[in-house]
Amino acid sequence: MKEYFHSVVLDKHKCNGCTNCMRKCPTEAIRIRDKKAVITKDRCIDCGECIRVCPYHAKDVIVDDLSVLKNYKYNIAISPMSLYGQFSVDTDMNKVFSGIKALGFDCVFDEGLSADVLTIAIRNILKSNNLQKPVISSFCPAVLRIIQVRFPSLIDNIIEVESPMEVGARIVKTKAMKEYGLDFNDIGVFYLAQCPARVTSINRPIGIRSSYINGAMSIKSIYGDIVKNAKKVQKDEEYMRASPKGVGWGRAGGQSYAIGVENYLAVDGIEHVIKVLEEIELGKLSNIDYFEGLACIGGCVGGPLNVENPFIAKARIRNIARTSEKCDFLNNEFINEILAQGLINWTEKITPKGVMTLDDDIAKAIKKIEMLNQIRKELPGTDCGSCGAPSCNALAEDVVRDKAKIEDCIFILKEKIREKEKYGGKL
Amino acid sequence: MSSNNDKIILEYYIMKNDFKSAGEASSNVKKVLNQLGVDSKTVRRVAIATYEAEMNIVIHSNGGNIIVTISSDKIEIIAHDEGPGIKDIELAMQEGYSTASNQVRELGFGAGMGIPNMKKCSDVFSISSHENEKTLVSMTMYM
Repeated sequence: MKEYFHSVVLDKHKCNGCTNCMRKCPTEAIRIRDKKAVITKDRCIDCGECIRVCPYHAKDVIVDDLSVLKNYKYNIAISPMSLYGQFSVDTDMNKVFSGIKALGFDCVFDEGLSADVLTIAIRNILKSNNLQKPVISSFCPAVLRIIQVRFPSLIDNIIEVESPMEVGARIVKTKAMKEYGLDFNDIGVFYLAQCPARVTSINRPIGIRSSYINGAMSIKSIYGDIVKNAKKVQKDEEYMRASPKGVGWGRAGGQSYAIGVENYLAVDGIEHVIKVLEEIELGKLSNIDYFEGLACIGGCVGGPLNVENPFIAKARIRNIARTSEKCDFLNNEFINEILAQGLINWTEKITPKGVMTLDDDIAKAIKKIEMLNQIRKELPGTDCGSCGAPSCNALAEDVVRDKAKIEDCIFILKEKIREKEKYGGKL
Repeated sequence: MSSNNDKIILEYYIMKNDFKSAGEASSNVKKVLNQLGVDSKTVRRVAIATYEAEMNIVIHSNGGNIIVTISSDKIEIIAHDEGPGIKDIELAMQEGYSTASNQVRELGFGAGMGIPNMKKCSDVFSISSHENEKTLVSMTMYM
C-alpha cells in the first residue's frame, strides 16, 4: 500500500480527458481511458507537472487541513525556504511566522535553518576523494525518483543525506521532546508544502525508513490566513531564523552557492534535468563536482503549491541570499550535536525501479521488442494522443504489455472500417 | 531495427559532421536495453561506448554506421566508417591524444578520450584501420 502512495490525485469530475497532462508527464505515466486521465502508479514521480498544466484544475495534491492539529498535544509547522519568496522583501518574516503560529501551531521552524546545517554537512562530504563525480544532490525528491525510474546507473552518484525538510523535522521534534517532556507521538510536525513531491516523501520517504513528519498543508491553502494573521500580530516574537544562504536553497543554484562549491551545475525544470542526467549517464560531466537538479522551474519557488510567480519569488530570495546577516544558532556546537545524533544521513539503500522493462525474462522481452517494432511500423507516427497514449511509441508499448489494442489508434481503426466496407461489411 | 529469433539488431547511419542528431543512436540503444531489463551498469557501458563511436564517426570520418546486436547474454557493437582511417592506432589509443580540429575542440569534443573510453567500456575490444582506409571498431559486452 505504502509503496504506491502518491500525493498527486485526480478529480474525475473535473477531468475531461484533454491530454495536456498526458503529453507533459516526464515518465509517460498518464493515459486517457474513458475520457479521463489515469495515472500509472509505479511510474509517477509526483513532480507535479500535471497539476501545473491542467486547464481544468482536475489534478490536485492530498494534503491535510488544519483540523488534524487537534490530534496532537504539541504542533510544529515547518516553513519552507520558498515561503520567503512569497512576500515582498521588506516583509518582516517574524510577523509571517507569527501568522503561521496563529493558525494553531505551538512552534514554527524555519526550514532554511536545517538547510544551513546541511550546507556544512555536504561541504564536508564533498571534501572526500573517493566520490563518483558529479555528486548528485538529494534535495529534490522528484529528481531522486526520476533517477530510480530512468537513470538507475546514477544512483551511486547521489549524496546520501536527507532533505532540509526531514532534517528540520528531526531537529525540532527531538528538541521539543526533550524540552517539554513529550512523547514522540504527542508531537505533530507539519510541512507547509510547495510541491507534491515533498508531500509524497512524508508518506513514502527515500533513503530513510520513516519520516518524522506527520502531514502537510499546502502553502496555497493557508496563505490567505497567514497574511491576515500576520497583520494582526500584537507582540513581536523573535524566531530562530536561517542565514541568508540557507534561505537561498529555495532557488535553483542557491544550494551550490551556500555550499561554496565552485564547479557546480544547477539545472531546473524536469525536462532540462532529464537532458542533463542523460549527459551525466554518458560520462560527459565527470569534470563537474556537484549537480543540483530541481524539478520545478526556478527551484522550490516554482513548486505548484506556491502562490507567487516563480521568477518573482526567485528574485526575492536572491536578494535575501545576498545580504550578509549571520545566524547565531549556527555555531559548531549546534552542528556537531546534530551530526552526532545521526539525524542527517540515509539509512536505507535506494533501489532502481525497473518499470520500463517489458518482461522479467530477457528472451521474452526480446520477443516483445520484436512485436513492438512491428506495431510501431503500422502506427502513423503522428503522436496525436487520440488513442489515450502520449505517443505512437507509447501505444505500441501498451499493446505489447496488453494494456491497449492497436485499434485504439484512430488511423488504424479508420482503415479497418474502410476495408470492411470494401468487402461489404457493415460499420 | 530488425530481429532474428532471439536477437535484436539495431542499425544506425551516422553522417559526417552531423552534430544535430549525434547522440540519437546511443540514446535509442539505451532505451531498448532498459526495456529488456538489462542491468543499469551494463546499459551505461553500452551507452557510453555507442556514444563515443557515434561521435568519432561524426567528427573524424566521412560517415559510417553502427550495428548493435543484442542477445540474451551479450551485446555486440560494430562501428565502421568510410575512412579516412587512422594513421597510428597505438597513438589514438592513448588517453588525451586527439587529431580533432580546433573548431571541434571549441565545441567541447575531441579530448582524446573516445577510443580509450570505448575500450574501457568493453569486455572484448578490437579496432582495425590504416591511413586512407576504412576504420572498423568491434566491441562486446557480456551481461
